[in-house]
Amino acid sequence: MAFKFKNVDFIGFDAILSEDERLVRDTARRFIDDNLIPIIEECNREGRFPRELVKPMGEMGFFGANLHGYGCAGMSNVEYGLVTQEMERGDSGIRSFVSVQSALVMYPIYTFGSDEQKDEWLPAMAKGEKLGCFGLTEPDFGSNPGGMRTRARRDGTDYILNGEKMWITSGSIADVAVIWAKMEDENDLVRGFLVPTKTPGFRAYDVHGKWSLRASVTSGLSLQDVRLPASALLPGSGGLKSPLMCLNQARYGIGWGALGAAMSCYDTALQYSLMRKQFRDQPIASHQLVQEKLAWMITEITKGQLLSLQVGRLKDSGKVSHEHISMAKRNNVAIALECARMARDVLGANGISDDYPVMRHMMNLESVKTYEGTQDIHTLIIGQAITGIAAF
Amino acid sequence: MKIIVAIKQVPVRDSNLRIDASGHWIDEDDLSYEINEPDAYALEEALQLKEKHGGEVVALLAGPERGSQTIREALAKGADRAIHIECDDLASLDTLGIANRLAAAIKDEKADLILTGLQSDDLGLGQTGVVLAELLGIPHATIIMQVEAASGSIKVKRELEDGWFQHVEMPLPALLTIQSGISKLRYATLMGIKKAKTKEVRRVSAGDLPQAAAATVTIERVYLPEKKKETQLIDGSPKEAAAKLVEKLKFEVRVI
Repeated sequence: MAFKFKNVDFIGFDAILSEDERLVRDTARRFIDDNLIPIIEECNREGRFPRELVKPMGEMGFFGANLHGYGCAGMSNVEYGLVTQEMERGDSGIRSFVSVQSALVMYPIYTFGSDEQKDEWLPAMAKGEKLGCFGLTEPDFGSNPGGMRTRARRDGTDYILNGEKMWITSGSIADVAVIWAKMEDENDLVRGFLVPTKTPGFRAYDVHGKWSLRASVTSGLSLQDVRLPASALLPGSGGLKSPLMCLNQARYGIGWGALGAAMSCYDTALQYSLMRKQFRDQPIASHQLVQEKLAWMITEITKGQLLSLQVGRLKDSGKVSHEHISMAKRNNVAIALECARMARDVLGANGISDDYPVMRHMMNLESVKTYEGTQDIHTLIIGQAITGIAAF
Repeated sequence: MKIIVAIKQVPVRDSNLRIDASGHWIDEDDLSYEINEPDAYALEEALQLKEKHGGEVVALLAGPERGSQTIREALAKGADRAIHIECDDLASLDTLGIANRLAAAIKDEKADLILTGLQSDDLGLGQTGVVLAELLGIPHATIIMQVEAASGSIKVKRELEDGWFQHVEMPLPALLTIQSGISKLRYATLMGIKKAKTKEVRRVSAGDLPQAAAATVTIERVYLPEKKKETQLIDGSPKEAAAKLVEKLKFEVRVI
């Protein structure tokens, strides 16, 4: 039996949040507790995306929450981060879905799109009436997106797209795909296109047999002579920097999100250890080796909170750099995964069952560690920032 | 219809409570607070009435600075404005003292309807709403499960004991104390939270309100339930013993 989540706050972190930030967090927390927690284990078992939550999440303002206008909530980046924390405390797959909709589809439309594109897509996406996916990664190019093979060829005023994309969250449920392609007549410059998924030649097929992110949809995309009008091009996009800007938005949210997963694991381990008795009829929380694990977890979560908050404050004041976001993503995902493994240890055999959320978080976090810049790539981004030397 | 909803801020359910040094109240450090649950239903009822009949919903809260968080949530859920009676001495007042303050702060508002929860999760006296109605000289009804508004009057459904209900028609203005769990509470949406920043909160200092008479009810001592261990052996045949055991579990221990 999973435990009702209790707030994780060791050093009075909540007191350095503003009233609104706490209210946003608590509201998202209540929504997740009421609507996601009761169904998530069943979704994970069945490999089912809880589509029924899309509309309610739209009504809550969760999609594109840190964008302004177009029916978006206009949250600060710290508030947005706290929402992703609560989502991922529920499940990384749900947070992934929201990150893709918000940071990888709405954000590029908002940032690189024409007024017509914004008007057409953003209000409907904010409500959850239209869903999006983001096609950058390819079967042969993950960490090195610059190697992509997807091409856009000009034909009169139209563009013809050809290529394959892989590991695309929400691919087969999306109404629109943001597809990144090299422009043949612009010296292979990478630019983005808004591709309605019903366009002839566009096909999405789901990846089955996943051991991770089972509550979200993962797809491959195939584009064969997909003909698009000139108006499908995101006019403001130009160069690999454009998709990397989107990834920065998403990675920022992941930094917070991973803390949510870590909190869920820590809180479960803490409550379990206080209840579970073993030697001399004493709770296992009384054992030094269990306390060591709990102390490690709460310390790392606390450090992660401060890291994410500072990166969020920098982002809100327009002073954030991508290496700051890399540090938050890299650190918080790593400690979350370690928390999941330690919590599994504390729960003993019970830790492997889906009566508790721990093993689900652990398996989810293996994906989170890899996507949106692997652990190693973020290490090299930080390395480059401090030495001035690119090691990749 | 102009509706005032009196809400209270109480410690979050399942908080780890400690008695403070004086022994008269709980230690408020490190506690988190939330809206009193029955008051949340009163607010929900007010917002639903406004959606059906139009008008204005005003949230009213007496309490210290931290109460602004609960006010903000009420505004985010859809209240149009709020009145915050700022005071740090709630625990030393009795029901009459608190109701006096609430009445003084809203006497010029001319509300059609005043709603509040049937009782508070911390003290649980269930009297504040009733006394407030007396002070305002308006009729009241308690433990309300349903409200239907007509012109100039309302029909309400009261919960009585043993599954009995009472239907009452009453004139406006009136005060109702609302039962918990009568509807599904809405969330404060992110858009609502953003909008709440721009809504008016009238701050009233308790010092500017007429001073209430000294409290006639005071708290002598606050203490945690004292644990007692007791073993009882139940005699009789297994059948009789089982029946007795069920009886005890039902009516003495009240766990089934």
